Amino acid sequence: MLINVALNLTARDERAMNNYNRSKSALTVLDLTVSYSGKTALFSVDANFPIESMSAIIGPNGAGKSSFLKAVLNITPSLSGKVKIFDMSLKQAREHIAYVPQRTSIDWDFPASVLDVVKMGLYRELGLFGWLTTAHLKAAYEALDRVGMANLANRQIGQLSGGQQQRVFLARALIQNAKLYLLDEPFAGVDAATERIMIDVLKELKTNCKSIICVHHDLATVRSYFDHVFFINIEKVAEGPTASTFTPENLRTTYGERLAATHIEQLHPDASVITA
Amino acid sequence: MNNFLNALIFNAGYNTNLVTFGATLLGFSAGISGTFLFLRKRALVCDAIAHATLPGIGLAFITMVLLGGDGRNLAGLLTGSIVTASLGTATISWIVHNTRLTEDAAIGAVLSVFFGFGIVLLTIIQSMAIGYQAGLEHFFLGATAGMLFQDAIIISLGGVLTVATILLLRRPMMLVAFDINYAYTRGYNVQLVDFTIMALVLAVTAISLKIVGLILIVAMLIIPAVTARFWTERSDHILWIASGIGAVSSYIGTALSASVSALPTGPVIVIVCTSMFIFSLFLAPARGIIVVMYNNWQFQKRVHLRQGLLALASSEVIRDALTLKLLRRAKCLRKDGVATSTGIIKAQQAVLDERRWKIALRIFEKYNLKSHYYRLTPIDVVFTSEEIAKIDSILTELPTTSIDNSIT
Repeated sequence: MLINVALNLTARDERAMNNYNRSKSALTVLDLTVSYSGKTALFSVDANFPIESMSAIIGPNGAGKSSFLKAVLNITPSLSGKVKIFDMSLKQAREHIAYVPQRTSIDWDFPASVLDVVKMGLYRELGLFGWLTTAHLKAAYEALDRVGMANLANRQIGQLSGGQQQRVFLARALIQNAKLYLLDEPFAGVDAATERIMIDVLKELKTNCKSIICVHHDLATVRSYFDHVFFINIEKVAEGPTASTFTPENLRTTYGERLAATHIEQLHPDASVITA
Repeated sequence: MNNFLNALIFNAGYNTNLVTFGATLLGFSAGISGTFLFLRKRALVCDAIAHATLPGIGLAFITMVLLGGDGRNLAGLLTGSIVTASLGTATISWIVHNTRLTEDAAIGAVLSVFFGFGIVLLTIIQSMAIGYQAGLEHFFLGATAGMLFQDAIIISLGGVLTVATILLLRRPMMLVAFDINYAYTRGYNVQLVDFTIMALVLAVTAISLKIVGLILIVAMLIIPAVTARFWTERSDHILWIASGIGAVSSYIGTALSASVSALPTGPVIVIVCTSMFIFSLFLAPARGIIVVMYNNWQFQKRVHLRQGLLALASSEVIRDALTLKLLRRAKCLRKDGVATSTGIIKAQQAVLDERRWKIALRIFEKYNLKSHYYRLTPIDVVFTSEEIAKIDSILTELPTTSIDNSIT
């Protein structure tokens, strides 16, 4: 009986791994609908994010960008919808996912040091009793070094600048050694140095065959940072490779009149030709 | 005084020793479980829990009397209190999840309704035609006079269980308190973790009803944690400091109340605990008010002195009264407003330091040094002499104007 159970588990794990190897999609969402106390945040959203690429989720404030990530990760309940991550269920794929929440979602006066926060990325691996080994500590310092924060490891997190706080969050995600990174507005309100460090780290992750999905607000950097875009405003507006999808039409449909024509022209010098 | 010392060294008779030991253990468990409540920002929930025990005590008393037993059976009364307190907690969480009311509103409503119902029940009990009602009022403010050996056993077991649970679940609890969304994504059962925190608080409340009383248990849960917060920036340290404060204040408080007749235990414990809080509020070295104010004042003086020296170096007129006072006191400025030779040397040093910092910030950009610069840390505190030599070599290559304008 016991042996059977063990075999079943291995078989299932193998199937899951095969799914991962065959999968062309990092995240597939079907018909996702989310509602908070009478207000529809997401309405029947389908999405397909390619594997091993950098994808952006773009849309105006209140378009449901963060709600989308939270519903995908089952942080908030959804009314309906199906989520597949590397063709696996969320539960099966959990260890492959690293989530970077919005910096403003937590209280930074919490009594913890930079290193404490990064160590939290190891809690799952350590279990309830596991001791932190020197190897773990080394990994934590390496993760901090990648985001340029190793020399502040013992600082209280409340004393960091916004950009530094965001980098600590990224380091906590890095130490998980995941395959899919989901980031909620990682570049919101950070300094230029932080933005440069973070985009370098994310691009390096992509080169190492990781998949990255960012909720993103800065339209000016979409083209240079991302190779896949997903436009959302409660409903899906468009998705596809940045080159063919990041167009004035899609921007206008997503943002409506909020986005002035001149703004679009800045992003697309040839826009006047297209719309004329 | 003698009585107090005897109580402190467990030499005041069997009963007092028992109470002192029990209360100390209780203070320890209350401090440690209150810490998570505090970090989870749900400190007020324990107030509702405590007040919601009252109807349970009343109902348990009535039930036990009607069944022909002794209404004062502690195990029975505690069971009753746990039942209604759980009901109160469940009601709060139901209201928060299913309506748009916030937690503070839900706590206010539940607390007053349950407590009011409890008072009604106690009034009914007082008018019942049976004996032994006396003693129930002790659950309000606590009394240790009649503590039995079995009560001490219950408290000890509860304390050990609390500490064991916290050692087992401290990582998930900390994670949920710090970043609940991230905890979800790592597959932790957040509801279960929250439930465990509440269950611990409930257990501590129930076993401490007899000693501290339901009105003051909130103080024993929360004050140690907020006191500990003044002493440290690390959550794992808060746990142990808070439990230590809880244990020590219960120990001293019980000994005090045992040595002076008719001094109630619960209030005395809370007063001892509160004096530790007030002491820490002002004098704690990490976050105490006096240290913070002193540091701020020192920094203000450094800023003014620095600005004054830089102004001296560029022969600008200084008008700020504090700056002038500080410059004179440092013997950098004569009474008539002319810079002394010390003043000139120091001004040149300040200018050099400023220029070196601007270069340093540029070449060591990724080392997060801005905060040192903003705190006016002297450059030789942060860099080695070789690094400063390197900075100086860059400094000599550049014309001074380009440095002063480069970083703003």
